[in-house]
Amino acid sequence: MNQDAVKDLLVRMADDVLILAHRHSEWTGLGPVLEEDIAFSSVAQDKLGHAQALYAILHEHFGMPDPDVMAFGRAEAEMRSCHFVELPNGEYDFSLVRHLLFDASEYVRWNALRESSFEPLAKLAHKIHGELKYHLYHAQTWIVQLGSQGSEESKARMQSALNTAWPYALGLFETRPGDADLVASGFFPGEEALRADWEVLVQGILTKSSLNMPQDHAAVLGGRDGYHSEFLAPLLVEMTEVYRIDPSAQW
Amino acid sequence: MATIVSLDPRVTRMEIEQDPGSAPEPKAELDQFPTFEVFHQERTGAHHVHVGSVHAPNADLALLLAKEQYGRRGQTVNLWVVNTRDVVTMSANDADIFVTTPEKTYRDVGAYMVRNKVEAYKKQMGDQKS
Repeated sequence: MNQDAVKDLLVRMADDVLILAHRHSEWTGLGPVLEEDIAFSSVAQDKLGHAQALYAILHEHFGMPDPDVMAFGRAEAEMRSCHFVELPNGEYDFSLVRHLLFDASEYVRWNALRESSFEPLAKLAHKIHGELKYHLYHAQTWIVQLGSQGSEESKARMQSALNTAWPYALGLFETRPGDADLVASGFFPGEEALRADWEVLVQGILTKSSLNMPQDHAAVLGGRDGYHSEFLAPLLVEMTEVYRIDPSAQW
Repeated sequence: MATIVSLDPRVTRMEIEQDPGSAPEPKAELDQFPTFEVFHQERTGAHHVHVGSVHAPNADLALLLAKEQYGRRGQTVNLWVVNTRDVVTMSANDADIFVTTPEKTYRDVGAYMVRNKVEAYKKQMGDQKS
């Protein structure tokens, strides 16, 4: 097994979900209605759990630092999250669109990982399948409501948010040098294959929502090499504040 | 104009004016979503039990939001949601129609003492076997 390629894949997956969990959690207490505030916060908690599970695999099987150190103890340049998850929440339209595009990719990715040749990952994929199915259901229900079932204003806002998010979302599928080895060993199907499945899934949901899939195909890249958007550094300062005061604090 | 500075960085980032200058517009009455009653099923085949309600603009979203409010903790296999408007109910003032006079014990299950007969029968069957 190409250990560096495995670490690269699992770290970028974990970092994406950790950073987005933090972004989602910023809505806690500020959501549009009480029930949705609770639901969105709960999705954020699930996401954090997925990040923790991935960091735990990295720690147990690949000798990386423990999950708390991975999440809170790394500098910006050591993070491997893509720009898509770093962007500020903006209005709820953007947060929902990001939620849909990200969770469609998570659904496709983890669905494929159920067949991974690396057993701990395949087991985790089975374990979190129900949560991911729910996250996609949550995102899809809102997008359909605000697209095809909503008003002219809600539909226009969803389309506008979608157009803004699209090039960043494509950055989720940046191909990495070690990926070919992982595809050959059946570890995962590769970013290009995942992106193709994702586009089919997203297209179906957007059609139901009367929204148009953007045709822009230039992805925003850089995060996988440690070059981040201007928004990650302030996020890390806020997210790691308690850890930096006392790294031994019990949560 | 100074903005509110809070220990919660999210509040600070919202740049809410400390002194808005004019009083906020009064909210329209009843501007909330309607409610849906939620029924929760613990395991396949069990009854759906009423557990509470959620605010939602329609049934699809009510089901979605009910999942998180009522299906998050403990065992759940299914949920029903029903628009509160569609629940047919009696007036609270009519609770007295359920009161019945105590003399008619023959209408109550407890009035029929079959246990003695069952015990006697079991005993008789046991005697026959041995």
